[in-house]
Parts: sequence; structure tokens; C-alpha cells
Amino acid sequence: MSDKKTVRFIITRQDNPDSAPYQQEFELDYRPNMNVISALMEIRRNPVDVKGNQTAPVSWDMNCLEEVCGACSMVINGKPRQSCTALVDQLEQPIRLEPMRTFPVVRDLQVDRSRMFDSLKKVKAWIPIDGTYDLGPGPRMPEPKRQWAYELSKCMTCGVCLEACPNVNSKTNFMGPAVFNQVRLFNAHPTGAMNKAERLNAFMDDGGMQGCGNSQNCVQSCPKGIPITTSIAAVNRDATLQSFKNFFGSDQV
Amino acid sequence: MAGNREFFNRRLHSLLGVIPIGLFLIQHLVVNHFATGGEESFNKAAGFMEHLPFRIILETFIIFLPILFHAIYGLYIAFTAKNNASRFGFFRNWMFLLQRVTGVITLIFIVWHVWQTRVQAAFGAEVNFQMMENILSNPFMLWFYIICVVSAIFHFANGLWSFCVSWGITISPRSQLISTYVTMGIFVALSIVGIRAIFAFV
Repeated sequence: MSDKKTVRFIITRQDNPDSAPYQQEFELDYRPNMNVISALMEIRRNPVDVKGNQTAPVSWDMNCLEEVCGACSMVINGKPRQSCTALVDQLEQPIRLEPMRTFPVVRDLQVDRSRMFDSLKKVKAWIPIDGTYDLGPGPRMPEPKRQWAYELSKCMTCGVCLEACPNVNSKTNFMGPAVFNQVRLFNAHPTGAMNKAERLNAFMDDGGMQGCGNSQNCVQSCPKGIPITTSIAAVNRDATLQSFKNFFGSDQV
Repeated sequence: MAGNREFFNRRLHSLLGVIPIGLFLIQHLVVNHFATGGEESFNKAAGFMEHLPFRIILETFIIFLPILFHAIYGLYIAFTAKNNASRFGFFRNWMFLLQRVTGVITLIFIVWHVWQTRVQAAFGAEVNFQMMENILSNPFMLWFYIICVVSAIFHFANGLWSFCVSWGITISPRSQLISTYVTMGIFVALSIVGIRAIFAFV
């Protein structure tokens, strides 16, 4: 074994939010069981590109390192996914890393996903139980329903579905696929259902749910295997009924 | 509250595509199909449609206005998409792209077709078998009509599928899969009707 095995990376970099992106190539010594994050850490330790130029360390987001936080999402060989679970052994080389351009790029591979959290605030994707006195126990949730809802609750707001969606872009104000799933999740909760109409009406407002064009890339791309398109159609049905209630005037809440 | 005009427009766009535009498309294709029974049979059917009472009102509210809204809002929808079928080559993403491409082709076709037939009729020309025979005797026009009619039918059939999703009729993956088969069956069946009618004029 004379030749040392190496790993090549082509990384799209960007120095600040307004500057032009450019590519830089890196070559590292191979180690068994590397993932993209450990490779990026290696580059950070010695930020020298293939031409031998000293450069700034690559900037990226990460947190949990076990695919539950969603922070380290980036486009790896053309596919948006989490870099913590992107194993080097399973990737074609050179490995191309790009930021998820659907979001504003902060620097290099780091993006600003605030729009997703803003959307969740707009549609009230929570269960309001805070108050000045004890509300007592809420209604119980049947166990099979809890297990069903658990699958929906796996969403980590990583942004992969927004990156894959052709209708989430700078020309539209569509909130994106993930929000449908959250609205469905909280509307399904026995306590959350008390604010179902409020949540639906907020989601039906301009810049909410309208942009979906049923390309169904979201469900194919979701790293957690969430049935997003089922959630989309389910919320579409609820919105249809809500709009009838709103217009024809039966009980609206 | 930002208002929900967008929601209303989107749903109206989706509904108009099926009722009345989709129904009109089927009716139009069926009437065309009389051409396979010969010149007289077609002229009789076309004449019946032409002499319906309140024709202008029927045309305006069942055909012109719905198509105008569907076309203009549809163009807006088509051009706000950032198609990515090369990066995400999933079946439904291709259908999403095709739905937009066929929509634009259909709009170009309708503008041309209305000019060539309905507007000429308003100028005094008679819409009959002879007229279509003349138009389709040009091989370019023949292919133009075949491609555009198939596009329009695809746009309708696949639009039925997304209508069912957008209104929340088909929710489960299985119902969406089966409605894919059903709508593609409708596409094939109506295409046969449409193409048979075109070749009846040749």
C-alpha cells in the first residue's frame, strides 16, 4: 500500500452575503468512516487548497451531529441533505458541497433559515397552554394517534424540502412544504385542535399555502421520510372546508 | 390578516380548469369526432352547436372568460416556478414541468385556433368541414394541430390529478397513485378521440 488514499472536495464558497460565490478544491487524506463534517473539520484544521494556497477555513452550521437538528443541511453532490449523515464512503468523488441557495447565504455553506421559523410563527405552529392559572389536564390523545403524529413530529425544519421545491424561490412567497406538515400535526393534537381554524386561516392568508404545485419533490427528498405530500393534501382538504365555512357562514371556529 | 385573495385565485384557477374548461374541452373533442362520420355528419353537429340559443352568452361565460382567467393566472404560476427536473428527476416533478410546458403550448394554440376559426367566423367565414380540411391540408398545420391537441388533453388530464390533490380529494399516496393511472387513462382515451378527428379532415 504505497499510494495514500485521498478524498477530494469541491466547495462553493462565498465570503459574505452579497459577494459572488466561487469554488475551491481541497484534497485530504482518507480515514475510515469519514463523514462530510469530519472532512470539513479536517479542512478547518489545515485550510490549504489543492494548489497550496492558504485560505480561510470553510464556514458551515452544525449542532447535533445525529440528524435530528437539521442545522448542517447543504447540497452534497447536487442533493440537499444533512452533512452529518453524508458518509464519504458512500459519495462519488470529487464531493461537491454547495449551500442551499433557496435561503440567503450567510457565508460559504452556512445559510439563514429564518424564513422557516417565521412561517411557523405565522401559522401558530404550537399549542397555546400558557396562562395565569392552571388549566388542568387537557384531553387525552389515543395511543395509535400519538404514534401516527410522532412520524409527523420528526420534522427538524432542516430546509431540504424547501430547497427541493420548484415553487419556493425569490419569485414567490410560498411558505414551503414543511409548514403543511406542522399545521397538520398541531391541528391533529387534541389540545391543538382547539385553535384549528385560527391556524388554517393564518395559513390561507397571502404568502401561505397557495404556492404548492404538486411536484412532490419534498416527500422524495425529506431525510426523515415524513409523508409531506399526504400532509399537503390533508391540509388542502381542511382549507377547502374552512373556506366554505368562512364564506357560507356556518360555525367558523 | 394579509387577506386571502391568493387562496381564492388559486382555487378558482384550479376549479375553472375542470369546470367549465375541462367539460368544454371534452364536448369540443366529441363534436369534432363527428368528422369521422363524414363531411355531412360534422357539419350537422357543428351547425347544431353554432345555432344554440344565447350562443354569445354561453361562449362568454363558459368559454372565453374562464379560459382568459385560467390562462393569465396560469402563465403567472408557470413563470414563478423555478423548474429543477434535471436535479430532481422524480416522476411527479417531470409531470409538474410538463403541466407548465403543455399549458403554455395550449395557450399559444388556443390564441391561434380562435383567430383561425372563431374570429374568422365573426368576419363572415363559415366554420365547417371545408374550413378544417383547408387548414389541415398544410402538413405544418397538421402537425401543429396534433401536437397542440395532445398538449391540451395532457394539460387537462394531469390537471384533473392535481385538482384532486389541491382540493383535498385524494389524500393518501395510494389514492394519488390510482388517480395518476385514471387520469393518464383519460389522457390516452381523449387523445385517440382528438387525433381520430384531426385525421378525419385529412
